[in-house]
Amino acid sequence: MADYRELWQKLGMDLEKHDVLCEVLPQLYGGIYLNQENRPEGMNYYNFVVAEVHGLRIKELDDHKQQGGKVVGTFCVFVPDELILAAGAIGVGLCAGSQFWIEDGEKVLPRNICPLVKAFTGAKLSGTCPYFQSCDMIIGETTCDAKKKAWEILDDYVDTYVMDLPQMKREKDYKKWAEEIYDLKDKLEKLTGNVITEEKLHDAIKLCNRKRMALQRLYNARKALDLPISGKDALLISQIAFYDNPERFIEMTNALCDELEDRIKKGIAVNKKGSKRILISGTPMAVPNWKIHHIIETSGAMVVAEETCTGTRYFENLVDETPTTMDGMVKALADRYLKINCACFTPNKGREEDIIRLAKEYKADGVIYNSLQFCHTYNIEYANVEKALKEAGIPVLFIESDYSNDDVGQIQTRVEAFLEMIG
Amino acid sequence: MISIGIDIGSVCAKAAAYDGEKMHLLMQPTGWNLKKTGEELYKKILDISGGKEKDVVEIVGTGYGRVSIPFASKKITEITCHAKGAMYLNPKTRTIIDVGGQDSKVISIDDKGNVLEFIMNDKCAAGTGRFLQVMAHVLEVEVDELEHLAAQSAPRDINSMCAVFAESEVISLLAAGATKESIASGILHSISNKIAHIANRVKIRDSVFFTGGVSKNEQIRSILEKKLKCTIYTQEEAQYAGAIGAALLGYDMKS
Repeated sequence: MADYRELWQKLGMDLEKHDVLCEVLPQLYGGIYLNQENRPEGMNYYNFVVAEVHGLRIKELDDHKQQGGKVVGTFCVFVPDELILAAGAIGVGLCAGSQFWIEDGEKVLPRNICPLVKAFTGAKLSGTCPYFQSCDMIIGETTCDAKKKAWEILDDYVDTYVMDLPQMKREKDYKKWAEEIYDLKDKLEKLTGNVITEEKLHDAIKLCNRKRMALQRLYNARKALDLPISGKDALLISQIAFYDNPERFIEMTNALCDELEDRIKKGIAVNKKGSKRILISGTPMAVPNWKIHHIIETSGAMVVAEETCTGTRYFENLVDETPTTMDGMVKALADRYLKINCACFTPNKGREEDIIRLAKEYKADGVIYNSLQFCHTYNIEYANVEKALKEAGIPVLFIESDYSNDDVGQIQTRVEAFLEMIG
Repeated sequence: MISIGIDIGSVCAKAAAYDGEKMHLLMQPTGWNLKKTGEELYKKILDISGGKEKDVVEIVGTGYGRVSIPFASKKITEITCHAKGAMYLNPKTRTIIDVGGQDSKVISIDDKGNVLEFIMNDKCAAGTGRFLQVMAHVLEVEVDELEHLAAQSAPRDINSMCAVFAESEVISLLAAGATKESIASGILHSISNKIAHIANRVKIRDSVFFTGGVSKNEQIRSILEKKLKCTIYTQEEAQYAGAIGAALLGYDMKS
C-alpha cells in the first residue's frame, strides 16, 4: 500500500493505533484467503481492494470531497443506496467486523450488547476507520435496540440521521416507510445541496439493480455442484459490494462471473468431490469477520450461500424500474426494501420460507444458523426457524459467537460433529 | 487386528483398544503436553491389549486434544465417538449427557448409535467440571470431597450462571457465615441446573446415559433425574465412552 499517512492525518485519525490495525489485517487475510487452492483469477481484483482497503478507496472518497461531494455512511441493508447516489453523494457501508474495536466501543456501551454495535462505535471513537472519518453524515436505522441507542451516543461524534424502520409489514407500514424515504431524500438534498431529480433517481435505481443482478449472478454460480468459487471468496465480494465504487464493482464482478461460468463448463472446482454444502443463515458478517466461513471450509465442507445481510438479503428482489415519477419511484423503493425479511419484523414467516427455498436452490446438505452474541432478534428467531427446518427435513446447527477467537476450538468441534452427523 | 481410540480431554486422557472381541481401557491425567500424553497412552494401551504395532489398523483421535495426536490416522469429534461408545456400553441408550472438564453436551442418538441432534454449552464453564474445580478451590477442598460435604446439608442458592460470578457469590456466602456443607450442596445444584438447561433443549428419550468425569458424582446424577424427570444411569466405564467409540469407529472402517 502506498503512503497515505498524510491523508489519514487530515481525516483526524489516531495514526499510532491505526498502525496496529494495519499490521493485523494482512496477516489475517493472508492466512484465511491467500492459502486457498485453485482460486479464480478474478479474485485478484478483490485482493487488491482489500490490500488498498484503507488506501486507494479512501483517496477516491477524498477526491470526491475535494470537489465538494459528500460521503455518507450506512450500516444496514434497509437504507436505500439509490437516494445517496441520486444526491451525488458516495455511500459506504461501514464494516465493524473486528475485535480490534470492541474495547473502545465498551468505553461508552455496556459489554453485553452485540459486537457489531460495539465495534462500529469503537471504530468511530478510536479514530481508526478512515471510512468513518470520511463520512459527512451517517444514516442509522431502528432495526434493534442496541443500534437505536448507540446512534444517540454516536451523534456526539458524527452527524447521525436515523430512519425509523417499521417492524411489521402491514399496508400502513409500507406507507410509513415510503414517508421515511421521502424524509431521507430531503435530508440528503440539504446535506449535498443537490436536488434529487426524477431522472437522477431513476438512473440510481437502474445502477443499484445492476449491482444486485451481478451479485445474484455470482450466487447463481454457487449453485453448481462443482463449485467454481469458495464461500469465503463470495462472502468477501459481498462485503466489498458495500463500499466499492458501484460501476467498477459491477464490471469486475461480472468479469469474475464470466470466469466462474467458464469454470463450471470445464468442471474446474474448488471443492473436493462429496464435500458437504452448507447454507449460512443469520446475522451479518462485516469485514473482516470471516470466522465461521473459515472454520467450515477448513473442516472439509463448503459454504454455498448466505441468507444474511452480507448475502441474499442485500441483493434479492429488484426495485421496479417501470415508475418514473417521484411518487412512483419512492413507492417502488419502499416496496422492494420492505421485502427484506429481517428478524426485526414480527411476524417474520417470510424468513423461514426464504431459508428453506435457498437451501433447496443451492442444494445445501445443512444449514448453519449463525447469530452474533446478544443479537436478541436473530437469537430468539432461531426457535421458529429450527422448527420449520426440522419439518422440512433440513439439518441445522446453531452457533452463537462474537468476533474474538477464543471459541474457535469449540465451534470447530461443533461444525465437525455436525458434518459427521449429516455425512 | 486392533483399533485404538484416544480421547484427549481437558483433564483426563482416555485410551481404548478393540480387537473385535475385547475392549481394553486406560486413563491418565492429560497434563500440559498433549502430544506426549497421547504417545504414552498409545504405547501403554497397545501393551495392555497384548497386541503388536503391526496389528494396529487404525488410531482414531478424539476430544478437544484430537488435533494434538499427530500419529492418529483419523480424527473424529467426541460427539460422534460418544454416541458410538455409549451404544456399545448400553445398546438401549438414546440420550447421552456428557459432562467433562471443560464442556458439557447432550446428544440424541438413534438405535444404531447415529447422532440425531446434539447441543453443547456456550463458551462458559458453568455447566462443566471446571466449575466444580473452581468452586472446590474456593472452599479449599478436593473436587471429590464436594459430594460428601453436600450430602450433609440442604443447599444454599447459588444463582450466578457464570463460573466467575458464582465464585464471588460463594465467597460472599462464606463471609455471611454459610457452612461449607450448604455451599457444597448449592454448588452441585447449580451445576445440575446448568446441565438441565442444556438438556432441556433436546428431546430426552430413554435410556439416558450420563458420561464424562462429572458422571462419577452420584448426587449430580440424582439431582438431574429429578430436574429432567427421567431415569439416568451411568456405569464405571462411562468416562471411556469417547475412547471406546473412537476405537469402534476405527474398527468399523477397516472391517
